[in-house]
Amino acid sequence: MADSENLITVKDLTKTYRTGDIEVHALSAVTLNINKGEFVAIMGASGSGKSTFMNILGCLDSPTSGEYLMEGMDILSRDKNKLAELRNNKFGFIFQSFNILPRTSAQENVELPLLYNNKVKANERKEKAFNALKSVGLADRVNSMPNQLSGGQQQRVAIARALVNDPMVIMADEPTGNLDSRTSYEIMEIFQKLNDKGITIVMVTHEPDIAQFAKSNIVFKDGKIIANNPVKERKNATEELKKIAALTAEKATT
Amino acid sequence: MRILNLFKVAYRSLNRNKLRSFLTMLGIIIGVASVIAMLAIGEGSNQNIKASIASLGTNTIMIYPGANFQGGVRAGASSIQTIKLEDAEAIATRCDLVSHVSPVDQKRVQAIYGSENWGTSCLGVKNDYFTIRSLTIEKGSGFTTSDDRAAAKVCVVGITVVLNLFGDENADPVGQIIRINSIPVKIIGVLSKMGQNTFGQDQDDIIIAPFSTVQKRMMSSTTYVNSILASGISEDQINDAVDEISSLLREKHKLAPSDDNDFTVRTQSDISNIFGTISKVMTILLASIASISLLVGGIGIMNIMLVSVTERTREIGIRMAIGAKGRDVLIQFMIESIVISFVGGLIGIALGITVSELVAKFGGWPVVITLSSVLLSFLFSAVVGLFFGWYPARKAAALNPIDALRYE
Repeated sequence: MADSENLITVKDLTKTYRTGDIEVHALSAVTLNINKGEFVAIMGASGSGKSTFMNILGCLDSPTSGEYLMEGMDILSRDKNKLAELRNNKFGFIFQSFNILPRTSAQENVELPLLYNNKVKANERKEKAFNALKSVGLADRVNSMPNQLSGGQQQRVAIARALVNDPMVIMADEPTGNLDSRTSYEIMEIFQKLNDKGITIVMVTHEPDIAQFAKSNIVFKDGKIIANNPVKERKNATEELKKIAALTAEKATT
Repeated sequence: MRILNLFKVAYRSLNRNKLRSFLTMLGIIIGVASVIAMLAIGEGSNQNIKASIASLGTNTIMIYPGANFQGGVRAGASSIQTIKLEDAEAIATRCDLVSHVSPVDQKRVQAIYGSENWGTSCLGVKNDYFTIRSLTIEKGSGFTTSDDRAAAKVCVVGITVVLNLFGDENADPVGQIIRINSIPVKIIGVLSKMGQNTFGQDQDDIIIAPFSTVQKRMMSSTTYVNSILASGISEDQINDAVDEISSLLREKHKLAPSDDNDFTVRTQSDISNIFGTISKVMTILLASIASISLLVGGIGIMNIMLVSVTERTREIGIRMAIGAKGRDVLIQFMIESIVISFVGGLIGIALGITVSELVAKFGGWPVVITLSSVLLSFLFSAVVGLFFGWYPARKAAALNPIDALRYE
């Protein structure tokens, strides 16, 4: 059972940047297992290597040395095109700055990954994109342009785009970094629901209260993992939102 | 399937950035249009010059007396009289390569009709002259060989002469008698209007009379003639005809092999060659201006393409993060470049032709649009557009996705 649950295994992962004569060790010999259905929050100060680590996990960047197995397959030996397919089929990305295409409707933004996927037929595209938008609560904003959407809505378009190819893993780099706390909780609500459906989530954040929504927290410092603990008092985003709603209602009445 | 998707991606991208797409296109439009228009104007004036020279007849041979040479001083051409009427007759009978010959006597005369008078030149020629110069009679008739034999006092006049003597171009002077240098001469015909020649000379300001009439009644000498006009049997053999005439005249003038010719033989093709050289120089000039504008247009396309692709490095990063392969990105940019180049090129061709036609219509300048100029400018712009769309996109596509994403 333990083996089948294992999704990602990295061993001695090292990333070194070279600036002139100075070598910067963004990652030094990181070893980690992530199981299927996990919800991992990666924490750490700026420059601790957490983002680099996630970018390597998401095949956006390549390590200087080390091993990376996904479902037992060696990832690092694959060529660029295979990695692009992997990003398209297995991963969904969510960024701090949303990274959705400007002057492109929500619908077309969400369709984008499908256009690079040969298995999806043209007539399925619209429906799939619509379902993904519906699942993040944007069914009524299908034709909106990004500049007509709030930050939270834009991030939800990005989540819908990440979901549209039914990924195994969602990689989120500071997904709530540009959002207020209420909107952040709404995003966490979506994440927790996705995680309940079995999607593995790896999220980088520097906000401790956001990390409390995950199942386990990993802390990076100077390119090394210094802590890897399950979350003891895990918060439920739906309940937190109710609390906030109650608070604002109370304020409104007094 | 995949390529269709990429067409969709490229189409959306172009449609999304209408202004940028249009500005990129503008470089191509202006480049193509300016080259087409410039070459059309150049080619038009080139052909115009050629046509007006050809209208003089490239088949014509002119024989003038040579230069006077006395005590080491050489006067200009025609400064002495060496050509006789019998030379003309000999050319007519003995030169196989010559089809028509006419002696020409020319004299400045004062023509008088009623109270009007007009200074013009009077030509005395044989009938062949009309054939050689392709002159036609509009009203009345030309003179006959018997008129010439009888030295009849008849003439045909040009339209300018009619205007100045009769006060109206449309007046019918046939049958009227005018006095030329006090000799009464009957007008029997009016020449068709010829307008100005290439050199700006009014070809209608002329009176033409039978050769013997002029020679016997107006000229001081009845032996020598001013010049001889002839035409070759064909344009190709015109140089042989010149040689034939030269050797005949040398023989008749009893020149020793060491003597220079005492006459000059010239053909219309000599003049046409000079103008050919001039128009060639002009074409080279226009072509070099056109190629500079093409180059500048090309640099414009290059800049916009480079900037627009560089500016989109982040977009390329996003696309790669969600699964676009380097190849997909390249193909997308190629499709965009092709669409921009082709649509821009086609609009440029249309604009170039329109501008040329406008120049022709309102500037009164002849234009000739050549297929080669259209193809040249179109291909050059398209190739520049394609290359500079492809090159930066290739660079971006070769980046790590994360580097493209972080590109500022």
